[in-house]
Amino acid sequence: MATTTVSMTVNGKQVSAEAENRTLLVQYLRESLGMTGTHVGCDTSQCGACTVHIDGLPIKSCTILARQVDGKDVTTIEGLADGDTLHPMQEAFRENHALQCGFCTPGMVMSAIGIVERNKDSLDEKTVREELEGNFCRCTGYHNIVKAILAAHQDMAA
Amino acid sequence: MYDFNYEKATSTGEAASKLSDAEDGKFMAGGMTLLPTLKQRLANPSDVIDLGGIADLVGITVDGSSVTIGAMTPHAVVNASAEVQKAIPALAKLAGLIGDPMVRNRGTIGGSISNNDPAADYPSAVVGLGATVHTTRRQIAGDEFFTGMFETALEEDEIVTKIVFPIPEKAAYMKFPNPASRYAVVGTFVSQGPQGTRVAVTGAGPCVFRQSDMEAALGKSFASESVENIKQDDGDLNTDIHASAEYRAHLVTVMAKRAVADANG
Ligand SMILES: Cc1cc2nc3c(=O)[nH]c(=O)nc-3n(C[C@H](O)[C@H](O)[C@H](O)COP(=O)(O)OP(=O)(O)OC[C@H]3O[C@@H](n4cnc5c(N)ncnc54)[C@H](O)[C@@H]3O)c2cc1C
Ligand code: FES
Ligand code: FES
Repeated sequence: MATTTVSMTVNGKQVSAEAENRTLLVQYLRESLGMTGTHVGCDTSQCGACTVHIDGLPIKSCTILARQVDGKDVTTIEGLADGDTLHPMQEAFRENHALQCGFCTPGMVMSAIGIVERNKDSLDEKTVREELEGNFCRCTGYHNIVKAILAAHQDMAA
Repeated sequence: MYDFNYEKATSTGEAASKLSDAEDGKFMAGGMTLLPTLKQRLANPSDVIDLGGIADLVGITVDGSSVTIGAMTPHAVVNASAEVQKAIPALAKLAGLIGDPMVRNRGTIGGSISNNDPAADYPSAVVGLGATVHTTRRQIAGDEFFTGMFETALEEDEIVTKIVFPIPEKAAYMKFPNPASRYAVVGTFVSQGPQGTRVAVTGAGPCVFRQSDMEAALGKSFASESVENIKQDDGDLNTDIHASAEYRAHLVTVMAKRAVADANG
């Protein structure tokens, strides 16, 4: 199969790797760059485990070609913590026991940051639950995830 | 997914000529339908022509009488637009009910209407507001654009460039969402304005349609009581694992009633 060099910024670093035209961004991240923090939980674009940010907006990296992202700025779960200091959303997930098996967590956290950013001024439980529509968790029952996001909203506003 | 040639166009002219040159080409907007289809190997195009680099297909302009939305404008942008919220709040709200936030960041109005999924939301707004679809070749009245299940009036190499929505006096959209996908089991868009009194129904049949009995009744009196006893015939409606035709017919009346109440609210 023919490949093309695809370059982008991932977590602030310039990266380049060969990709087929059909290579999905999530494959490029996991298989070409070895960044396995971003997960794949379905093949129907529904579960959100693969959520990353492109130019600051949450998207599903299993439903975009690496070539569509050429030249863009990507943030993955690996790019959130500052050394040993967790991002406030990661910290809130830890504090509130918002994960069990952890499979959905990278996508949940990336999606949750989007929720807080879209609702900076005020955020209630109903909005959080609605905007989690694109992220599935098979373990927690969502309750503590919702709690964590509301807590992080307070911290991130402070 | 089978491999394909990937090409990024910078103008609609370039995209159309690339498609004509391809053996079996496909345009790609946000890829929110196209890529899942390719992943399932339900399609095998020779070429995928990305419209993502064509800047003049993106954007919203509002004047005194209409809202114009570029084909490549994502749902999230329509939903968050203060101008659309002011001119046609029902349209901004509809965009925010599509799928989930990540889908709304990538999915586009042009892709949604070109794909014409029987359960998609936007077709109901295009028909329900009497919008006009502008393409690289012509202007198509919303009423003429949707021709059947996943079928439109578009030619193979014709690209939707923008959709012009006349600003109504009143409008509202109500949908009964599938709890898993949020696609419409039934969605009803009602409006009153320069395009007359309109009731457009999506999700229920193979393709969006106008409910003429309800339109006639609302034309006389735009009140939810006018539609509450009008029954939708279930003859041509869809039956699937989500709902029977009979249930969908029932929902058409319920959604219409709620939409009229909301439009009057
Ligand atoms: C998980 C999930 C949930 C969803 N839920 C909903 C929902 O609740 N309601 C709803 O309405 N939709 C829903 N969608 C669909 C979504 O709204 C997308 O807008 C829709 O799939 C079209 O995607 P797109 O704009 O990325 O177009 P693409 O997938 O890129 O293209 C779709 C088709 O349109 C053609 N096309 C695209 N743009 C043009 C153009 N400008 N001119 C001519 N042809 C063009 C392409 O060739 C292709 O055949 C959902 C999608 C997903 C993945
Ligand atoms: S892996 Fe992307 S939505 Fe499930
Ligand atoms: S913690 Fe296991 S899927 Fe969410």
